[in-house]
Amino acid sequence: MSNTDAHRAAEQAARHSYGKLIAWLAARSRDVAVAEDALSEAFAAALAAWPTQGVPAAPEAWLLTTARRRLIDMARRRHTSETAGDRLLLSLEEAAAEAGTSGSVPDQRLRLMFACAHPALDPAMRSPLMLQTVLGLDATTIAAVFLVPPATMGQRLVRAKRRIRDAGIPFRLPEQEDLPARLDAVLEAIYAVFAAGWVDPAALDQRRHGLLDEALWLGRVVADLLPDEPEALGLLALMLHAAARSAARRDEAGAYVPLSAQNPSRWNAATIAEAESLLLRASASRRVGRFQLEAAVQSAHAARRNTGGTDWAAIMLLYDALLALTGSPVVAVNRAVALAETAGAAAGLAALDGLADAPELATYQPYWAARADLLARLGRSEAASAAYGQALALEHDPAARRFLAARQAALPPQQG
Amino acid sequence: MEYLLLIYNNEKETAAMSQAERERWTGAYMAYTQALQEANVLRGGNRLRPTSATTTVRVAGGKVQTVDGPFAETREQLAGYYLIDAPDLDAALSWAGRCPGAQYGSIEVRPIWAM
Repeated sequence: MSNTDAHRAAEQAARHSYGKLIAWLAARSRDVAVAEDALSEAFAAALAAWPTQGVPAAPEAWLLTTARRRLIDMARRRHTSETAGDRLLLSLEEAAAEAGTSGSVPDQRLRLMFACAHPALDPAMRSPLMLQTVLGLDATTIAAVFLVPPATMGQRLVRAKRRIRDAGIPFRLPEQEDLPARLDAVLEAIYAVFAAGWVDPAALDQRRHGLLDEALWLGRVVADLLPDEPEALGLLALMLHAAARSAARRDEAGAYVPLSAQNPSRWNAATIAEAESLLLRASASRRVGRFQLEAAVQSAHAARRNTGGTDWAAIMLLYDALLALTGSPVVAVNRAVALAETAGAAAGLAALDGLADAPELATYQPYWAARADLLARLGRSEAASAAYGQALALEHDPAARRFLAARQAALPPQQG
Repeated sequence: MEYLLLIYNNEKETAAMSQAERERWTGAYMAYTQALQEANVLRGGNRLRPTSATTTVRVAGGKVQTVDGPFAETREQLAGYYLIDAPDLDAALSWAGRCPGAQYGSIEVRPIWAM
């Protein structure tokens, strides 16, 4: 066994088992930081032992056993109260007996995700916590994803984990009555990971590379573990629909291609098919929700592959339902865009005008881009140019910036 | 884990309650306390006299200073507390949500620092 083989085996175990191992260790110690320390010591031990002793038949179980021993050692060294320490040791030993018999680690990642998305935690820290604890990303990578200095993100993660421990945030599934709201927070946090990956399609920032896959992976974990929760399926369907079109957002020369101009043959048919079947399964429960509706909008766009056209009337209805459900100004912008397709640019613009009071839209690039487009269609070049200017000021992606600037430059002189 | 449920409400509002309202309020607290006892989570609890009966003490430069009134003037005042033993934060939050005080003000849930 060469050193590289052992390294590769450890890396693979880290990739596949990290979240499962942390979930198991954190549920017993009720302390994420301690679980992370124990697991990283176990990985170090693996890298020392596996090159000479060979990779064990069940690397996951080997890592768990080693990490568990570290956890017990740490508890002995660290515990402040005899009784608390005894209780911890007892629960560790019970759990070891339960895990030891089967040789496989029970999958408790969902519990870990519920802890990370707990209402007692700052919503802005829920996605970073999930990326770190379930996927094992380091603070520097997470900081890059959320555009925060690495030291700041590191401190916030430490504080959030301390809060989980000190406040007694549980590592268990919520009560049935709380499940919809709590699940929603988990799904929101996963979607925020996806959105962070989505804004950088060329993965200009290498550390953001693969973030869409990570979000899909988290979405699959939840959808697999809660197969009867339609919103979990809806979120996965939504992300898959978007991912299917991810590559088509750029042409061969790297220029930005808006959805309406994308060639459907460049969409990933297998991914769309998976999204469609998930959405169908979700709809069988007859419990509609935000993610299912958003996935249905994406599904209506994807239908252009087969029909050659877009059913904007259907999309309008879906946005009406979404708006009634969420009251979100972002949804209202999308609805106005759909309205422009069914009732004309003037109607769409009037709908956008009605949103001018929503403060969050002032810095929402798609609002200004939509406004610019509708003004241009109505021949109001001067106002369109100003709106393109606003959109440009809010856009970071170079390809999208070139696209907006070209549109702005192509505006004809305003008549009268 | 042990948690302290700190009950905050506006003294002026509770003082201005009608007789019928006050009876409902007291009844609700009695039922809640009984529920805590029956679930074997209650470790202690008390209703506090209003801040008009409060004295604040601090030592500055070796001298004891006494001030009448609470430590801080706030819109809502500490009116009472329960000490409960709950398996985790979710259980504690669930008890806090059922406390009658949550309808009139807010309940602060603080974990006890185990020694």
